[in-house]
Amino acid sequence: MNLDFEKNAEQVASYLVFLKTLEPGTGSIIPALQDMQSRFGYIPMEMVQETAEALKVFSSQIYGVATFYAQFSMEPKGKWRFDVCLGTACYVKGAGDILKKLEDILQIKSGETSADGLYTIESCRCIGACGLAPVMTVNGKVYGKVKEDDIELIIASLKEDEDDNVE
Amino acid sequence: MKRLRINGHEVTVKDDATILDAARQINIDIPTLCHLKIEEIGYDNKPGSCRVCIVENADTGRLVPACVTPVEEGMNINTESIQAVRARRTNVELLLSDHPNACLTCAKNTKCDLQKLAHDLGVREMKYGGEQSDYSIDKGSKSIVRDANKCILCNRCETMCTEVQTVGALSMVGRGFESYVGSAYHLPMNDTTCTFCGQCLSICPTGALTEEDNTEELWEYLADPKKFVIVQTAPAVRVALGEEFGLPAGTDVTGKMVSALRVMGFDRVFDTNYAADLTIMEEASEFIDRVENDGKLPILTSCCPGWVRFFETQFHDMLDIPSSAKSPHEMFGAVAKTYLAKQMDIDPKDIVCVSIMPCVAKKYEASRMELSVDGNPDVDLVITTRELARLIKESGIHFTHLPEEYFDNLMGESTGAGAIFGATGGVIEATLRTAHSWLTGDDLTVVEFRELQGFTGVKETSVDIAGREFKIAVCNGLGNTRKVLEALRDGDVYYDAIEVMACPGGCIGGAGQPYHHGDMSILTKRTETIHKIDRQSEIRLSHENPMIKKLYAEFLGEPYGEKAHELLHTYHKAKPTR
Repeated sequence: MNLDFEKNAEQVASYLVFLKTLEPGTGSIIPALQDMQSRFGYIPMEMVQETAEALKVFSSQIYGVATFYAQFSMEPKGKWRFDVCLGTACYVKGAGDILKKLEDILQIKSGETSADGLYTIESCRCIGACGLAPVMTVNGKVYGKVKEDDIELIIASLKEDEDDNVE
Repeated sequence: MKRLRINGHEVTVKDDATILDAARQINIDIPTLCHLKIEEIGYDNKPGSCRVCIVENADTGRLVPACVTPVEEGMNINTESIQAVRARRTNVELLLSDHPNACLTCAKNTKCDLQKLAHDLGVREMKYGGEQSDYSIDKGSKSIVRDANKCILCNRCETMCTEVQTVGALSMVGRGFESYVGSAYHLPMNDTTCTFCGQCLSICPTGALTEEDNTEELWEYLADPKKFVIVQTAPAVRVALGEEFGLPAGTDVTGKMVSALRVMGFDRVFDTNYAADLTIMEEASEFIDRVENDGKLPILTSCCPGWVRFFETQFHDMLDIPSSAKSPHEMFGAVAKTYLAKQMDIDPKDIVCVSIMPCVAKKYEASRMELSVDGNPDVDLVITTRELARLIKESGIHFTHLPEEYFDNLMGESTGAGAIFGATGGVIEATLRTAHSWLTGDDLTVVEFRELQGFTGVKETSVDIAGREFKIAVCNGLGNTRKVLEALRDGDVYYDAIEVMACPGGCIGGAGQPYHHGDMSILTKRTETIHKIDRQSEIRLSHENPMIKKLYAEFLGEPYGEKAHELLHTYHKAKPTR
């Protein structure tokens, strides 16, 4: 996947400004990756190259770190990112079924992004909200005590928000 | 200083020593796998990941890895307890649970550290089944084959590539069972900064990194009656090949090597040392041309393909300083397919030029499109020293019993100056011998630079020629070279000429040579023999090689002239890589 420089001109420019504030060296790889992840939603190859030059490290080293941590993604994520908690409490309370239902409705597997670029399903381990188990987040917003039947409604509400914004 | 006991023996070591250091000091053998330290070249890999060096702390009963555990005052270490012995064996068995049980067909068979460990530690069965890695084998480059299934994640290659060579092509990717050593974004090696120097495979403990095998192609050529197959042997091969046949390191086996190649069926056996003399004619001429006509200085040598690829991928702003001269074996090929073809009345298309090289990057170099004449590559096939040893064994030749023979005529005669190409400092020394002679008219003095020999990363000297002082630097290893290039770029240093060799010690330490397993004394012995060959040579100045004189008189005309440019020089271009 190539980075669309025209569409992302602003993010690219601001990232390059941020990059200048980092000290060269391997110690700055993680801050750079975290910034890329939040700015672009993934780690674009083109920016890794820029980062390597600015930090005087090798792109292979950046790639090595990026693939080690689950918080970094090498592929662009969908507009709506579902994170189903599979921590012990959530799992016992049926998070596995929630994940399965989500996969069935959106027709993608965990870790995948839908072809229209709208949805990504991920799973995570314990987000510290065990009292609300089973827990799911959508773009960081927490949904607690989720039932299988709620999922269609949650997806529909996302669509409504979208439509509201268009109007 | 700290005192401790190992297996009851008292030992006193430096404060920062590890248990492994202490054990080695009193000749107690603790097996290691991921750990490798080569002080001479600043290589130190100790991730503590393989757990093969487990020993028992007798006071606590705990098992600790010897390579990364610092000694403590009064420690009692037991390396021979049943717990330690079994733990070491178990750890190797666990490594083997995700390792193909394919030793018989592995390129590293009998040279593999893991195989040796399994043998030494008494592994007699594959104890643990379970999931096995299933990676495709990367044969994308002409030089290096990567088989991640055989990788034990020791990190030796990454340390060599990124820290010592500063090439940065290899990195540990992913996490847990899914981790492997690879390139950024799974790029094929050709699209990375990989220089194909192959130092990664020279220290890989298993068959995860090996050289591309071209031996079958060679047998095909030799069996084809229509082909006129000629061979040339690099200076560093003759001082290392004997090791594969049990001879001591540094044994000069030139004569037996020539005999073996004849027995194998080559139509002519020639010498790259002859072409090294030819390279000096061109490089010394180019040097003098740059000095006399205010050309770009310093001039950098260009006969090492790993180094050429290094500046093409990482120093795009410095493409104009290396010499335009091709490397000796490429010059040889170009001359063989023109001059020799004419002299022997053979169609150049029927000539197959094979190079026996201490190097795996030469395989990549031979495939470079621009190193050819009318679409006919200068060199058709590159075979490493290790591959040659295997070919000799396959042929059933009893190497050590062979008679001593001499190279064939026309392209087999060489000087001491050609011989020293095989060791760090040799190319610049040979160039200066000829430049000195040409600039001063003094044919009697043979310039020798002891200070430019040896493993020191960057060596410097200055020499007075015809009233002008020339500043010279010699780099071996690409990390050392990077330091010099960056200082040069920043204007912090000045040199008139710099020699660069990608491998430690120069070509004698090439990745196609018999494995040294980290023992640099082997490389020192090879170097000593190279210099002995030079000192025992009747002629020690390249331009006095009678066959080189004949080549220029009958065919090439002037050194650095039109014909020479067409056949013996090339160009360098920036290679965009990640």
